[in-house]
Amino acid sequence: MAMLLHAQIASNKRRTWLLVIVFLLLFIAVGAAFGIVVADDGIVGIVMAAIIGVIYVLFMTAAGTRVVMAMNHAREIKSEDENPFLWNTVEALAIAARLPMPRVYIIDDPSPNAFAAGMSPKNAAVAVTTGLLDRLNRQEIEGVIAHEIAHIQNYDVRLATTAVALVSVIGILSDLAGRMLWYSSWSRGMSSSNRRDRRDDSRNNQSQAIIQLVAFLILLLAPLVAVLLQLAISRNREYLADASGAELCRNPEALASALRKISQAPEPVQAASRTCAALYISDPTKKQARAKVNWFSTHPPTEERIRRLEQMM
Amino acid sequence: MESNDGGIGMTTWIILGAVAVVALFWIVQYNSLVRLRNWIDEAWAQIDVQLKRRYDLIPNLVETVKGYAKHEQETLQKVIEARNRLLSGGGRAQQMEANDQLSGALKSLFALQEAYPDLKAHQGFTKLQEQLEGTENKIAAARQLYNRTVMQYNTKLQSFPSNIIASVHGFTRSEMLRASDAEREAPQVKF
Repeated sequence: MAMLLHAQIASNKRRTWLLVIVFLLLFIAVGAAFGIVVADDGIVGIVMAAIIGVIYVLFMTAAGTRVVMAMNHAREIKSEDENPFLWNTVEALAIAARLPMPRVYIIDDPSPNAFAAGMSPKNAAVAVTTGLLDRLNRQEIEGVIAHEIAHIQNYDVRLATTAVALVSVIGILSDLAGRMLWYSSWSRGMSSSNRRDRRDDSRNNQSQAIIQLVAFLILLLAPLVAVLLQLAISRNREYLADASGAELCRNPEALASALRKISQAPEPVQAASRTCAALYISDPTKKQARAKVNWFSTHPPTEERIRRLEQMM
Repeated sequence: MESNDGGIGMTTWIILGAVAVVALFWIVQYNSLVRLRNWIDEAWAQIDVQLKRRYDLIPNLVETVKGYAKHEQETLQKVIEARNRLLSGGGRAQQMEANDQLSGALKSLFALQEAYPDLKAHQGFTKLQEQLEGTENKIAAARQLYNRTVMQYNTKLQSFPSNIIASVHGFTRSEMLRASDAEREAPQVKF
């Protein structure tokens, strides 16, 4: 069991690197394209994109955990007495993960689900619905909490928030460039080519035009590609949290069984905030299609998640 | 090549560079060994906290059970003795053994609630059971972490070239906490 589990963890982590590198390359390309279209200077564009990106990411990662919990109508349990089993489960798994114990929240909702919030292990929190506590047995609940603690351990909330922020910046740059292209690019293109040496005129015009066209295409397609990459990252991190969680609780079967029960429950989580849907262990809106990999899902298909967990047993 | 008149030559730069790289590597490995060793102690500290908690919870549990099942002296005695052995010193392995014996004794004690429905219904009893099971799970989790960290530490100790750095600074091998035979005993219940 152990070998296959570790192989899965390693493979998931490699995949993350690949996706993140592609994402960053896309971001740089968008910056360059923006610069070329708007100011005839790719480098300036990259620098601008980087600055806006950093500001946006800092802004979005500043959101407090308490706010996220309030958005999902979660109430905090502050001592072991309020729910000893849940409290002790969270504490034990935090010990196994070498993390400070996250804050524990309960959401009053009959649909079984759970999520983790917090940009770093120090401000982390875990929330479960009353439906989860009612419908799953102890080992299954432990598996779910292990999955959430794994998310905290892997800094997934920070990663997801950063990715979403950068997707937004790409959207902004693309939109901005589109507007500016409409108004000024043509006339500037004309006048700059007049200043060049007469002999190189036609060649420069041609290469200029090609560059402008490529930049335009990048800006046109980037927002869609960025979203697809961000969702691919989200799905990849769910697989990793499944594997890391199985390592923490040493019971992949319990987690598989939990996923089955959670995905079979038909009601959506009423209390969930739609913007946080990606953070839940399973899609709380219940809108995502089954079976085949849906490129627009935040979560991988449950059958595949269960299959991978069963390989570890 | 030829050496310069009075200036620092190419060879000297290369040697300095190599020394810097080795020094950096040395520092990184040393710090890593220190960190792992501290993590092992940290994991033990977690276990220690739970052992103390068990020590504190048992008297209350014994009193509660006595109220409903006062004839089960043997089972109660086993628990009391095991509890007393808990904090009586000894190395980590010994303390874990004492803890495993306590767990075995507690299993028998908790099994009694099937024969005494009043005890089973007693909320204080259920709460204590929950709390003690909580400490057991936390000890299991901390032990898991402890052993995993010891394995990483020992591997580093034995691998080249960190083994050189380790022996220079006197890092010694650490032992894992193994499950003792007491833990594997089935509960003896006589109704």
